[in-house]
Amino acid sequence: MEKRVTFNNRWLPYLLIAPQIVITVVFFFWPAGQAIYQSAFIPDPFGLKNQFVGIENFTFLLSDQYYRSSFFTTGLFSLLVTGISMSFALWLAVMADRIIKGADAYRTLLIWPYAVAPAIAGVLWLFLFNPSIGILPWYLARMGYHWNHALNGGEAMTLVVIASAWKQISYNFLFFLAGLQSIPPSIIEAAALDGASFSKRFWTIVFPLLSPTTFFLLVVNIVYAFFETFGVIHTITAGGPQQSTTILVYKVFADGFVGQDLGSSAAQSVILLLVVSILTVIQFRFIERRVHY
Amino acid sequence: MSAMVENRSLGLWLTHLALIIGICLICFPIYVAFIASTVTQADLISPPMPLVPGEHFLQNYREALLSGMSAPVWLMLLNSMIMALGITFGKIAISIISAYAIVYFRFPLKNLFFWLIFLTLMLPVEVRIVPTYEVVAGLGLLNSYSGLILPLIASATATFLFRQLFLTIPDELVEAARMDGAGPMRFFVDVLLPMSRTNIAALFVILFIYGWNQYLWPLLVTTDPSMNTIVMGIKQMLPTGDQTVEWPVIMATAILAMVPPVAVVLFMQKLFVKGLVESEK
Amino acid sequence: MARVILHNVKKNYGKVAVIHGISLDISNGELIVIVGPSGCGKSTLLRMVAGLERITEGTVTIGDRVVNDLEPRERDIAMVFQNYALYPHMSVFNNMAYGLKIAGMDKQEIKERVGQAANLLELEPFLKRKPRQLSGGQRQRVAMGRAIVRNPAVFLFDEPLSNLDAKLRVQMRMEIKTLQRNLAVTSLYVTHDQVEAMTLADRMIVMHNGIAEQIGTPLEVYNNPATTFVAGFIGSPPMNFLSAEVKDGVVHLISGARFAQCSLEDQPITVGIRPESLRFCPAGTGMYDATVRFTEVLGAETLIHLKNHINEDLIIRLDRTDQLPETGSVMGVNSACNDIFLFDKKGSRVHTRLEL
Repeated sequence: MEKRVTFNNRWLPYLLIAPQIVITVVFFFWPAGQAIYQSAFIPDPFGLKNQFVGIENFTFLLSDQYYRSSFFTTGLFSLLVTGISMSFALWLAVMADRIIKGADAYRTLLIWPYAVAPAIAGVLWLFLFNPSIGILPWYLARMGYHWNHALNGGEAMTLVVIASAWKQISYNFLFFLAGLQSIPPSIIEAAALDGASFSKRFWTIVFPLLSPTTFFLLVVNIVYAFFETFGVIHTITAGGPQQSTTILVYKVFADGFVGQDLGSSAAQSVILLLVVSILTVIQFRFIERRVHY
Repeated sequence: MSAMVENRSLGLWLTHLALIIGICLICFPIYVAFIASTVTQADLISPPMPLVPGEHFLQNYREALLSGMSAPVWLMLLNSMIMALGITFGKIAISIISAYAIVYFRFPLKNLFFWLIFLTLMLPVEVRIVPTYEVVAGLGLLNSYSGLILPLIASATATFLFRQLFLTIPDELVEAARMDGAGPMRFFVDVLLPMSRTNIAALFVILFIYGWNQYLWPLLVTTDPSMNTIVMGIKQMLPTGDQTVEWPVIMATAILAMVPPVAVVLFMQKLFVKGLVESEK
Repeated sequence: MARVILHNVKKNYGKVAVIHGISLDISNGELIVIVGPSGCGKSTLLRMVAGLERITEGTVTIGDRVVNDLEPRERDIAMVFQNYALYPHMSVFNNMAYGLKIAGMDKQEIKERVGQAANLLELEPFLKRKPRQLSGGQRQRVAMGRAIVRNPAVFLFDEPLSNLDAKLRVQMRMEIKTLQRNLAVTSLYVTHDQVEAMTLADRMIVMHNGIAEQIGTPLEVYNNPATTFVAGFIGSPPMNFLSAEVKDGVVHLISGARFAQCSLEDQPITVGIRPESLRFCPAGTGMYDATVRFTEVLGAETLIHLKNHINEDLIIRLDRTDQLPETGSVMGVNSACNDIFLFDKKGSRVHTRLEL
């Protein structure tokens, strides 16, 4: 899309766009290129020279049980986070949409977790669930259940899912509420006059009309679960116990920085790059279509 | 705006109840953290911890701010503030002028540049951490504010937001400005910028939070504790293994880490919500 | 104040020619209206004079300078836009002062000039307001004020009244005319509304598909149209057109009626008669007969719509009258020779003497 009216300067546009282009090239494309390049090497044991191995890093990864399980973990994790977070947010949004008085106050109280860093969310929930002094394990112990997410993989996953979903509820809530408020009231009223109950109205009319928002949030939440939850995992479980909470992005960090296997880490980065690209393309394609509604 | 056509008061009451329950669930962790930050370690070590605030608010917070654990929290707060503001202003500044160039000028290679910027949407920092680290190290920017800020500055989303905005500005305004004798930069400063005020404000909130909450990148780029930001620095305070730590101080730090971004969101709530919802469209 | 000369001005977009060579000589202080339907190129022409579009061929001269390669701000012009183009975040005062500030004028002088313009346009109470706090008519005046303060050699108006409601339009029309007269600034005014053109213009240029079909004063254009397009475009209700042919020196209407004698060669021809030039007479006694379809009683005038037997439509305009023909009745129709226009098959006016 272009404006009909443009200015005629020769060099000014270059000057204006230069800072972004420079930063983009230096800090985006150059490293991305490096990642692709490095993914074709493995470091030799003494760290002196890198050996060219072509796509071996990739083939190794795809057959590596740890990588595969990491893939699975990530899938499970994002599904849970997305599902829980979006459902809860939708429910709250529907509630908030029903009332007129006090809607603003509720909204204020519900959106501030958006401002909390995932890492901080991790700390907060870690404190709540700390096996020795946390208040929730204490209650659970009184009912006969001994919580220790440092030992139990399932509990660890539960904890990181809760912490991650908790944080995202606000964001989803905001968008769902906006989506609900943009549905013309006359449609709802027409349905009510046609005899539909609240729950029927919701599922047959409101929910379908909300589908652009839902789809958009689905993609955003998945991206969030894939990438931004690093802070949660790193603060609470460090990927454990026994890698049961090692999501893909965590593995890139662990293998690359802790394990110093740059080739594998780079290869993993490239795979993640493909995943993001696909998700971004889907998101933009859909948004393009949404604009034409 | 209401999907509820029937106005039965029972339904209304239940709705309010549901919302209040929702709020309690959401606020619970913060509440607990706040309590923990006002009591003593002894109170916390043997559960259940008290559920009302204690007496040690000032003491704990002072200790956190002044000594912290590896670095005093006030220093970490400062670092976070510099990083967050740097990222925020940096992103807004370079995105708005790039969007201006793309929308209001015609020049060779424009399409190439446009696509270069667009592609960065597919490259969140988590996807390129190792090589970006190497580049930053190579440029000697480890343990520096520039190293913290620069790699996070180029943002396609802000550029697109401004582009959308500029495309809705009537052409006639540009022509009138040309008639009045305004050149491109004059037009930008005198007309375009003031008209973009609300979007810039909304973006400010979103970007500040994004910048403040950065975790992975500061973790990698800082090895000197005096450069820690508060969000990543808090991890170092957490116990590893059987170490005993001063939980009240940790919780106080967590609360302090949340105050600036939450304050920003709450103060600029209206603008922020509007901007967030519109910008993603 | 300046003379503006357009010499063979052409505009191409790529290979497509949209303006085919327009020449116009505007004297000092004249108000020229460029009128035509949408897409005829009138705005493009204005914008070429303004410097907002490049001139493909030909020259535009303002005063004694050829301005083809000059930027708008160098041409000593000011423009009033269709949508006013007021800076939304600036007060009325600042909107008017902006151009002067850029030109480096000192504050005191700016204040004086803006004050004078505000006085002239009755905008003084609004100087501190923002555009969104003003009505459409007020915004229009601010847009004019912005043009006035620059004391330009030429005013350019791009359909400034299109966004106003009908009543306001009439009022603003008069204001613009008075203003222009008082300031005596050469002006170019674009509109698609022929009523605006007729009431405002010292001379008008009627444009169609990128060509100037006629240039002249309102009465010239009205009484002496050069083409069927001009004849049909100017004047409301529009001129009646009837198909005819010349045979052996006699004009025969295709509808059968014998018409008049003339000294032309045999050719197909179009006969044009204005609604106010037609009169009723008993059936069979006039030039020809037609059936009354319906009547529009407007009060001061009455319009009667008729159809002849080959389905050509006719409109007759009568002054206020109580005698209305019945719908469905057949009436005879008459007209004086002087009021009859002839056009050849290409639409150009043919001048000849007619004798009934």
